[in-house]
Amino acid sequence: MHRTGELFGHFQTLEQQRESATFGMWVFLATEVLFFGGMFLTYTINRHAYFTAFGVGSNDLDITLGTTNTLVLILSSFTMAMAVWCAQTGKKKLVPLFLVLTLVLGCAFLGIKFVEYKQKFHHHLVPGRSFDISYHVNHPAPGDDPKEIAFEKEELAKALASDPDTNSHAQLYFSLYFAMTGLHALHMVVGAGLVMWLIGASLKGRFTPHYHTPVENIGLYWHFVDIVWIYLFPLFYLIDRHR
Amino acid sequence: MQSQFPLYPPAASNFAPRVDDLMTYLTYVCVFFAFLITAAIVYFFFKYHRKRPDEVGAPIHGDMRLEATWIIIPSILALSMFGWGAAVYVDYRHTPPDTLDIYVVGKQWMWKAQQPNGLKEINELHVPVGRNIRLILASEDVVHDFFVPAFRVKMDVVPGRYNTMWFRPTKPGRYHFFCSQYCGTNHALMGGWVTVMDPTDYAAWLSGTSGGAANPVDVGAKLFEDKACATCHIADGSGRAPSLNGLYGAQVLLADGTTVTADDAYIRESILQPNAKIVAGYQPLMPTFQGQLTEEQIIALTSYIKSLQSQPVPAKGAGIAPSARKK
Amino acid sequence: MSQTQTLPTRSYEMPREHYLNSSYGIRSWLLTTDHKRIALLYLVSVTFFFFVGGVFATMIRIHLLTPEGALVSPETYNKLFTMHGVAMIFFFLIPSIPAVLGNFLIPQMIGAKDVAFPRLNLLSWYIYIIGGCFALYSFSTGGLDTGWTFYTPLSSIYSNSAVTPAVLGIFINGFSSILTGLNFIVTIHTMRAPGMTWFRLPLFIWSHYATSLIMVLGTPVVAITLLLAGLERMLHLGFFNPAMGGDPILFQHLFWFYSHPAVYIMVLPAMGVVSEIIPTFARKPIFGYSFVAASSIAIAVIGFLVWAHHLFMTGMSAYSALAFSFLSYLVAIPSAVKVFNWTATLYKGSISWDAPMLYALGFIGLFTIGGLTGLFLACLGLDMHIHDTYFVIAHFHYIMVGGAVMGYIGGLHYWWPKISGKVYPEALSRFAAITLFLGFNLTFFPQFILGYLGMPRRYHSYPPEFQVLNVLSTAGASILALGYLLPMAYLTWSMRYGKVAGPNPWPATGLEWKTTSPPPTENFPVTPVVDWEPYDFPNRPDLGLTPGTLAPVPGDD
Repeated sequence: MHRTGELFGHFQTLEQQRESATFGMWVFLATEVLFFGGMFLTYTINRHAYFTAFGVGSNDLDITLGTTNTLVLILSSFTMAMAVWCAQTGKKKLVPLFLVLTLVLGCAFLGIKFVEYKQKFHHHLVPGRSFDISYHVNHPAPGDDPKEIAFEKEELAKALASDPDTNSHAQLYFSLYFAMTGLHALHMVVGAGLVMWLIGASLKGRFTPHYHTPVENIGLYWHFVDIVWIYLFPLFYLIDRHR
Repeated sequence: MQSQFPLYPPAASNFAPRVDDLMTYLTYVCVFFAFLITAAIVYFFFKYHRKRPDEVGAPIHGDMRLEATWIIIPSILALSMFGWGAAVYVDYRHTPPDTLDIYVVGKQWMWKAQQPNGLKEINELHVPVGRNIRLILASEDVVHDFFVPAFRVKMDVVPGRYNTMWFRPTKPGRYHFFCSQYCGTNHALMGGWVTVMDPTDYAAWLSGTSGGAANPVDVGAKLFEDKACATCHIADGSGRAPSLNGLYGAQVLLADGTTVTADDAYIRESILQPNAKIVAGYQPLMPTFQGQLTEEQIIALTSYIKSLQSQPVPAKGAGIAPSARKK
Repeated sequence: MSQTQTLPTRSYEMPREHYLNSSYGIRSWLLTTDHKRIALLYLVSVTFFFFVGGVFATMIRIHLLTPEGALVSPETYNKLFTMHGVAMIFFFLIPSIPAVLGNFLIPQMIGAKDVAFPRLNLLSWYIYIIGGCFALYSFSTGGLDTGWTFYTPLSSIYSNSAVTPAVLGIFINGFSSILTGLNFIVTIHTMRAPGMTWFRLPLFIWSHYATSLIMVLGTPVVAITLLLAGLERMLHLGFFNPAMGGDPILFQHLFWFYSHPAVYIMVLPAMGVVSEIIPTFARKPIFGYSFVAASSIAIAVIGFLVWAHHLFMTGMSAYSALAFSFLSYLVAIPSAVKVFNWTATLYKGSISWDAPMLYALGFIGLFTIGGLTGLFLACLGLDMHIHDTYFVIAHFHYIMVGGAVMGYIGGLHYWWPKISGKVYPEALSRFAAITLFLGFNLTFFPQFILGYLGMPRRYHSYPPEFQVLNVLSTAGASILALGYLLPMAYLTWSMRYGKVAGPNPWPATGLEWKTTSPPPTENFPVTPVVDWEPYDFPNRPDLGLTPGTLAPVPGDD
């Protein structure tokens, strides 16, 4: 496959090449929507069936970390959009700057996510043989707020009264939580890799108002991954939390 | 007399002639179209065979009237097939009242059936001719499917829930039944025989062979004691839980004001998820028995509760909706 | 056989440089981004899986010669039909026509130098190979006995076979399908040559466009579903396990949301092939071009709305069963429209009896039977009886083997001169087409009767009254096997020893015939400009035919 400048040999014009790449990215995002869609459907059906147990699950997520992560991600979408704008308008120096900011924010998100996962592990909330929804309230860590623990305990007791199988249904909640946020995190890792490549290319000054399709398309991908989180956050953290 | 190479299996239920008629109708329509298309192709194939190597066909690009014809006519025929098929299916999915209920439990790789009087059969099923039979289907493990070709009916047997199917046998005899949802290694061996008998023979068979097997009502009664159900569900209504006398088949008033019919599915759910539906006036105190009872034990308990149907209902503490209270 | 049907052939020479000899060595193949070479990579690999699946099928048929099972243990039998299904559906049928013929032809048919994303195209082949390796690993280490449908909780808990690698293999392979579909959609949108408007596109392109829509929108759903089932098995989660609060029926819904449209992934491209072959060998414009094109899209769209007709007997709500039955009848209409239009195209044509035409007409016959028996299964009242019996087996083999595979082999013959530059042996290929048609009917027609008599599918042993029909079926299968081995042999033979074909041997109207056979790496020396309507034989003087020379036939209306 030969190429002259930025134009690959099988295309007639740069315009055709740009159009193909962007359209391809949109088709890919359609695939992604359906990819997550299967999981969202599984979530919805189970949420409907086990509303209370899922509420108990929500109580065990850390709302502060979740909210922080949401803000971090929205901010990263903003810096990504700035990077695209700078590439379009020829502010060549600013492109790598905004990309680096995006990368830093993306990594911050993953870091916070890791802290959350670790916390779930300590609270015996990772699905499997040792899963125990009441472990945390029965074995609070020294730093935990006793009032908070007492409240959670009460919620759990209430849930157990109406759904004696809360433990197994809450396990379903955490299975979905790990599957869906895990898949999302995987998309973030891929996104971070792509942004790193963009940083390298932009430092070489490859992106001009004339040619910046990669920045645009990776930007599209980045926004899509953000939007998925915008749905995941209320579904897992907010609905039926601390009724 | 059956020919040696039959095209139809024996027909022995109320659904069999209806399904066969449907089959005949669809076959006629489809054979007609298949013949039409094949005849046209064969005719054109020979008639318009290329005569000279540089020959070209006629410049015909299409015809709206023809397109409309072969969209509209098949649509109408398809609609008739849909309607007729739907009518049969809706009847099948709507169980008539006053059925003879038989429990069927599938597990890898056998079928256990339990007659109303508690008689148990393995890979055999005896039913009287002329009665509406309802099978209540449960699975201990994976998805199975209960299929009687001679009755033209089948139903999946799904773990975690009850499915029901019904039919009315019309011809005495012995017929195959199969598992028709793939369920593992010995799927093909998971079948047996349905015996359709005259009602008198059936009654004789029921009473004649019931000696050996434990009566499920007795098994249920024992479970009722062993699992300590009896400490709360006291017959005179004075317990912490409602009396179960006369419960089966009645309307139950729930805490949220709605009512529900106390059928097999309700009883099963109340045993496994006691707090899914709380009877009005009672506290959600009952523990779950999920994982502690097999499907067969649940059926035994249900049989026991069913046997209380004719017991006197206490004035207070029955949980039955006042309007539906039996005389 | 008479040679009067094709033009008197000049003796051609192979073009000096073409895509097959432009570079040499294993690297030039494994690192190629040429869509034609990738198509050949796919051709070799799907043929391998067809062979694997075929061996399993042969063993199944031999086993069923006697009621108690003649060959293997129940466990092995279950593995045979499962691996037959997995190999044939996921690794042969789904990639067959799109990835081989589609890849080879789509850029040429629209006048492009390549697909829009050549490197993704190569990547999709590697993904296919990796997925295939996982599947083969599963086959060879314990096998797979869940049925190709992987119903839970059998697959996620009860099965003792190598489910996890198989599920991963299919998951990975899904991305190959997605990339192919994505590539085609974008290519068809942005890479068309000047003058190649949407309604000048060959119908092969329309059907591949519809297929690609399904690939892009359906495949991710089955990928995630199988991933969840795999996770459930590996980590003891409970998404579909009733003992842990999950719902086994949900799995079936998600699975069929893809796997029913997947049937159209298999048959739509074959319909595209037939829509090319029939006008060429009847030398006539296709009857009702826009109806044939629109019906492809209609099938893809409505095809997404019928999945639950696989679940009529699960105890689902009778109301939703009514809706899905109705929609299933709706999807039959566009298929019928296609069949009628193909038949009408033959009217007043100039019909040659070349092998591709025999395959295409065989396709129409078998697909018609397959499609019509679909009406039986969509009928709620009949499904009560024939669901999960051999009737279903016969029905979908008529669609997938009678339809898709006939179309695939017919297409291989039709474009073989373009792919290899050589002509296949004519008499032998007609013999193979007829053998296939007869063998196929003998194999699968008895299974309709078996099904109505009540023989359930996936049975390693059966009551003795079903034996006669099973023996007939096995006899047919041996004829069928011959019908498949013949083309494999003579097509390979002709690559070296066949007569040189020349650029447009039939002649046909498509752009792919306006370049040399085999084409150069970039397909066309100069980008072509299209100023003709599709299949317009009467107005194509460049083909060397005489318009208006249809001999008047007495008594013709």
